[in-house]
Amino acid sequence: MNNINAKPQLRFMTCGSVDDGKSTLIGRLLFDCGEVYDDQVQSLINDSKTFGTTGENIDFALLLDGLSAEREQGITIDVAYRYFRTKNRDFVVADTPGHEQYTRNMVTAASNCEAAIILIDARKGISVQTYRHAYIVNMMGIKNIYIAVNKMDLVEYSQKIFDNIKNKFNEYANKIKLERFEVLPICAITGENLNAKSKNMSWFSGPTLIEILENTDNLQIEQSNTDFCMSVQYVNRPNLDFRGFCGNVIRGELVIGDEICVLPSGQITTVSQILIGDKSADKASKNDAITICFNDEIDCSRGDVITASKNRMQISDQFNVQIIWMSEQALIPRRNMVMKIAHQSVYASINPPDFKIDFTTLGQLATKTLNVNDIGFAKLSTDKPIVYAPFSECPKLGSFILIDKLTNQTLAAGLIEFALRRAQNIHWQLSEIGRNEHAIQKSQKAAIIWLTGLSGSGKSTIANIIERQLFEMGHHSYILDGDNVRHGLCRDLGFTQTDRIENIRRVAHVARLMSDAGLIVICAFISPYSAERELARSVAQEGEFIEVYVKTLLETAEKRDPKGLYKRARSGEIKNFTGIDSPYEVPLSPELIIETTTHSANECANEIMEYLIENEFIKPC
Amino acid sequence: MKKKSSKQEALEAEAISIFREVVATSTNPVMLYSMGKDSSVLLHLAYKAFYPAPIPFPILHVDTNWKFRDMYKFRDEITKKYDINLIVYKNPDAVAQNINPFEHGANHTDIWKTEGLKQALNKYGFDAAIGGARRDEEKSRAKERIFSFRDKKHKWDPKNQRPELWDIFNTKKNNGESFRVFPLSNWTELDIWEYISDQKIPIVPLYFAKTRNTVIRDGMIYMLDDDRFPIEKNEIPKLRKIRFRTLGCYPLTCAVESDAVDLNAIIEEIKTIKTSERNGRKIDSDQDSSMEKKKRDGYF
Repeated sequence: MNNINAKPQLRFMTCGSVDDGKSTLIGRLLFDCGEVYDDQVQSLINDSKTFGTTGENIDFALLLDGLSAEREQGITIDVAYRYFRTKNRDFVVADTPGHEQYTRNMVTAASNCEAAIILIDARKGISVQTYRHAYIVNMMGIKNIYIAVNKMDLVEYSQKIFDNIKNKFNEYANKIKLERFEVLPICAITGENLNAKSKNMSWFSGPTLIEILENTDNLQIEQSNTDFCMSVQYVNRPNLDFRGFCGNVIRGELVIGDEICVLPSGQITTVSQILIGDKSADKASKNDAITICFNDEIDCSRGDVITASKNRMQISDQFNVQIIWMSEQALIPRRNMVMKIAHQSVYASINPPDFKIDFTTLGQLATKTLNVNDIGFAKLSTDKPIVYAPFSECPKLGSFILIDKLTNQTLAAGLIEFALRRAQNIHWQLSEIGRNEHAIQKSQKAAIIWLTGLSGSGKSTIANIIERQLFEMGHHSYILDGDNVRHGLCRDLGFTQTDRIENIRRVAHVARLMSDAGLIVICAFISPYSAERELARSVAQEGEFIEVYVKTLLETAEKRDPKGLYKRARSGEIKNFTGIDSPYEVPLSPELIIETTTHSANECANEIMEYLIENEFIKPC
Repeated sequence: MKKKSSKQEALEAEAISIFREVVATSTNPVMLYSMGKDSSVLLHLAYKAFYPAPIPFPILHVDTNWKFRDMYKFRDEITKKYDINLIVYKNPDAVAQNINPFEHGANHTDIWKTEGLKQALNKYGFDAAIGGARRDEEKSRAKERIFSFRDKKHKWDPKNQRPELWDIFNTKKNNGESFRVFPLSNWTELDIWEYISDQKIPIVPLYFAKTRNTVIRDGMIYMLDDDRFPIEKNEIPKLRKIRFRTLGCYPLTCAVESDAVDLNAIIEEIKTIKTSERNGRKIDSDQDSSMEKKKRDGYF
């Protein structure tokens, strides 16, 4: 590409079930873009006669299936990379195998692509593989997803069939929160809606596939944090006078003289020299392959992370992770494996998985292990603390592979969701004014009132009455409830067990910060698991946590059903609904139990107000 | 001068990072060198990756005695320019039996190159061999990993390759096993030429069009490089303006007629050309899946 202003090269992948026509699609794209040379056309014509599956026509798939086993069997086994260009842009396309047993190759391709085309055979419609592929490309952070409904010629170019598939996919996309995707009808073998609009589908007004690809932005996961960060790949020490730390810039910029911090040791120094390749530079930017020299002789080796000193990265040794299992040999929980994350190499083990994903329903399946091609969530521990970032914030420090210690096979790929605890070198910012001073100023003692109970038990109603009463008495309070935190703070979380735990963890910490400010915090959450309520209690200051069990009969709650949720859960529309198909663990020793089946909301609120007065959180009027 | 495009910068940064990963994770790496344009780019990138240190591994040329004279001359010049430790290895069996492309056909490549390479890797105990192969060259190469595992017998098992995720490479291996590593995997022929032009990388003059003495055999143009080329009775040597798109063993590499005397002209030619790069290489077309078969056996 000569035009430096043009869009950068786009790496995209194709996926779909066996025989959906992936290889044909790519072969056709290459052919239409003039990327197939004359001698290749000749060998293609010869091959089509021998191996072809398209009768008299040229079998474009044979351009791609490069392994002899693939040609004999007429299937794609391994990822093939092809390079082509239109007059507007350069492309790399990864052709990935469709068969379920090669899902791991698809994950591999997805890890290095910026867009994905998912093919659907118009005759067959959406399959489990479609769901699996959409889930995987989304999970792997691909932000541009195109659903190509292929073989439209075999369904007489029917708009109705296309619309049905499109609507069904839309539903699924909503469930997995796909941000950007487009659905278009194509016919790969004839090239319709690839490079040229189809005359047979004049009912479709959208752009062709090539137009879509040419205009695709190279969206990757946005990195809101732009502080400099680089993983040390290699230490270059040719002689006593030179010691350079080599790597590619993960994010941000580095300028000579900048203060940097080496993690995990935490040592700080400044930059004396920057080389980009063999050239000295004043400044390095994202993706540059650089060598850095320091002004001080500090310890730094492969795997360490160099970062802008003002904003250190996180360090931990326990994580919630998403795992894509790739080995025929199933996961053995708690067995040590080699973990590679950026250039760090440590030993890691996985607890029995929390659950694995059912791709069709997105439900959680209980499991004791993970088998090849399973995707599950689990806790992972490392033998020493590592520098990391959640995958959603920084893929390069949030993605890893697991390797068998004996066979050296790659067992799994993984994404860090969040750390379960942080190493101690992250210090609290101490404020000059203490929590007691905050509270005294407000003529109250800070408290966290934690209302737990079934959906529809009356938590929110009671919380609002308390808040009104406190307000009228001149107190300072705030309500945290499921709905208001899920709009922002916890917008990224669903209702799986892991997500619920994370949701509560965040709420607990926010509640603690608010109580530090002297507020009376009223939390209204179903919080069905006693473990998470205990977590919330442990985060709070001793003595300020008031667990209130809002007790009601399931039948009563279901009869109230203020948001119509029970009805939807009973019909199977909502999964993991507490009380229906997900358990509620009754609190064993709460500070208060209030019965909403037999008492009105006002009576219940008064009980809580009395508790606050009796325990001197507030004074009576 | 034209500025490097963002694509070139990305390819360069990726290749440099692959070089550094090899040196950081292997005990005895080597870089394969064949004097071709891809080798020239590879050497240039190796120099950049470790600057100001000298290239921290030897450069291995598995010789066949059948390279063009210009290529040997170029090799000697380059050795001096980059201050490299060059190892030239020739399979002693091939030397003893005087294996040559005229009498031994496909065996020539097998014995000199495939066997010679395996012997050299064993002799020096190299555990990682860096090569300049690109995925756009040929169908089976399109399936190749960047860090490609080889067993103790240097065999490639294309159906059982390690998944390669993000830029995290599984470089674990046991004693005797090795990797073939391909820093130029994602480069195309045009990327190579544009980079050579941008970085002013020296290349063998045979890539530029010039009037040279040739014969035509089976529709292909052969250059008469020395008197080892047996001319048939019905063949009349003729001066033609030719260049090479790819350089291998003479006379297994054929020329194309061309007027491209400089890099700009070559780049324009590549953009419009209608035949594939390796069309001039006889070894690829011996049988279908020919390259895959050679690769499985240990060819680069």
